[in-house]
Amino acid sequence: MATMTLVQAIRDALSVEMERNPRVVLLGEDIGRNGGVFRVTEGLWERFGPERVLDTPLAEVGIVGTAIGMALYGLRPVAEIQFADFIYPAFDQIVSELAKFRYRSAGQFPAPVVIRAPSGGGIKGGLYHSQSPEAYFVHTAGLTVVMPSTPADGKGLLVSAMRSPDPVIFLEPKALYRTAKGEVPEGEYDVPLGKARTVREGTDVSIITYGAMVPVGEGAAAEAEKEGVSVEITDLRTLWPLDVEAVDRSVQKTGRAVVLHEAPRTCGLGAEVATLVQERSFLHLKAPVARVTGFDTPFPYSLERKYMPGVRRTLDAVRTAVNF
Amino acid sequence: MGLRLLTALRDDGTIDPALDPALSREDLLFLFRKMLLLRALDEKAVLLQRAGRIGFYVPSSGQEAAEIGSGYALREGDWVFPSYRDHGVALLRGYPLETLVGQLFGNASDAMRGRQMPNHWCDRAARVVSVSSPVATQLPQAVGAGYAAKLCGDRIAVIAYFGDGGSSTGDFHAGMNFAGVYQTPTVFFCSNNQYAISLPVSLQTASGSIAEKAAAYGFEGIRVDGNDPLAVYRVTRDALARAREGGGPTLIEAVTYRMGPHSSSDDPTRYRSGEEIAEWTKKDPITRFTEHLRKAGIVGGGEAETLAEEAREEVLRAVKACEGVSPVPPESMVEDVYAEMPWHLVEQRKLLSPDEG
Repeated sequence: MATMTLVQAIRDALSVEMERNPRVVLLGEDIGRNGGVFRVTEGLWERFGPERVLDTPLAEVGIVGTAIGMALYGLRPVAEIQFADFIYPAFDQIVSELAKFRYRSAGQFPAPVVIRAPSGGGIKGGLYHSQSPEAYFVHTAGLTVVMPSTPADGKGLLVSAMRSPDPVIFLEPKALYRTAKGEVPEGEYDVPLGKARTVREGTDVSIITYGAMVPVGEGAAAEAEKEGVSVEITDLRTLWPLDVEAVDRSVQKTGRAVVLHEAPRTCGLGAEVATLVQERSFLHLKAPVARVTGFDTPFPYSLERKYMPGVRRTLDAVRTAVNF
Repeated sequence: MGLRLLTALRDDGTIDPALDPALSREDLLFLFRKMLLLRALDEKAVLLQRAGRIGFYVPSSGQEAAEIGSGYALREGDWVFPSYRDHGVALLRGYPLETLVGQLFGNASDAMRGRQMPNHWCDRAARVVSVSSPVATQLPQAVGAGYAAKLCGDRIAVIAYFGDGGSSTGDFHAGMNFAGVYQTPTVFFCSNNQYAISLPVSLQTASGSIAEKAAAYGFEGIRVDGNDPLAVYRVTRDALARAREGGGPTLIEAVTYRMGPHSSSDDPTRYRSGEEIAEWTKKDPITRFTEHLRKAGIVGGGEAETLAEEAREEVLRAVKACEGVSPVPPESMVEDVYAEMPWHLVEQRKLLSPDEG
């Protein structure tokens, strides 16, 4: 075990898998000589060479389109989109091409591309360096959508993504890049896709969350504990196809669910989780399913801290659920 | 301004020795047969669509020389990223006619399991990549495949087909730019058939040609007579060879004409004149090639018509084999979305109603 930040853990995953599998290649803007604007790929260009760590021209459609062609041919490309906010020029390549290749070719042309993108707010990035676009990709059949919240999961989930037969949108909570530190197994290590993690056990309320909101949920759970309320937290880790059994299990135990994410509220992943809870656990519920989310506005620059769910808003939702 | 249009077949049916690819008699007959087969497939498919026996069709009549001439230049290991109008190329890759026709019917005879509209086919064994409807998305993908081949040390070329409309897209720009930067073994083959649905190429671009756009990306653009199978074959063969040898990408613009509608849903009388069609009909690639083969003494008398009849019979046999085959099984709808079926699709599979659809 080594103590790593999330950035270091993701770099370790790339490095270990590139060492193990010569077909893994990285491509993206400024990821080579510069090591990426967040330094995730630092040192990999020197270690694996410019043929496997490609600095690309500035065109997301080119990055994703090229990655798809590489994957069709048999490589395992890992594309970096510098910020998830800049993924939209590649939307057609992701939604109409990447996600549908297996289906439209009846399995003849799978396209196992991993697209990494720093996601979410918390770095004073304003409208265009803060967005949480996961719902678009969750809504698109054929994609697997992943977001880690710890360094160990950052490594283990990314390794699994690079070995997945399906395309994976791997969203990295940039707010946690350097603030999340933890023990990470060295060498080969993977965490299965599609399996949630119980962050803490509890009996009164279930918080279902992911990414940078996991520590916010933990903060709210610690406050609730002082009030005698026991909170269980489930970190989804894989946003889709999500671990529905883990959600069922937790909600059926506590009877109360609070879904927590920083993405906008309407048609956010929380809406889907809330629906799954009422469809599958209706008779267990003691309170309506609550959503604690970002607002249905563009992501604001100055009011970032008001926009993003914090401990206070989360705790309010927990209290409301308990006192219903 | 503009690039010279390269033509091998002269108006009198003779060939310009400077561009003559010097194909054998057998090769020439093979090309001719495939052009006739493509025309026969088109004519039959249009009738099938009008009769309601297939849902849709994208014809390529008038473009047989561009399709067959370029496709014939490919070698076994090469990869093809086609558009929806490039079934002629597929036919040259050992792609069985029955597989093409089965895809038109979208029943159990369709190797793609009825997933897509007609003309959206693929075949892994033939290295013909799956076609989508969004225009020119295959261009950056072809660059990626070429990059991968180079990295793996495979001396192959990748050809990407698109039309004049596709040259306006961002994907064209990104694909061309990436290919130039990485010097990938990619041949961009633009069938400039003069129209993107209704829009004439004069309103698609203010460039003197599509081929000259290559200069901006740092590689060669070639403008070839797209109704001349021998000139198309010659320039494509040379571009593919250069790509395989590490010489980087080429853009080929084949100047041709879409004699039919954009698709079975289109009415071209709304946007072009009968005089224009008549003018291009004189340059019909099959007529021109027939004339050349007659002049060269390769087909004589009524032989061309006999070969055309053989092609029509071959198409009829394929239609007979595919039409009336059982429909695709309903549960196949939720298969191939992921490598393994996730829980939510297992659940949704139960919602399929035997009484609906």
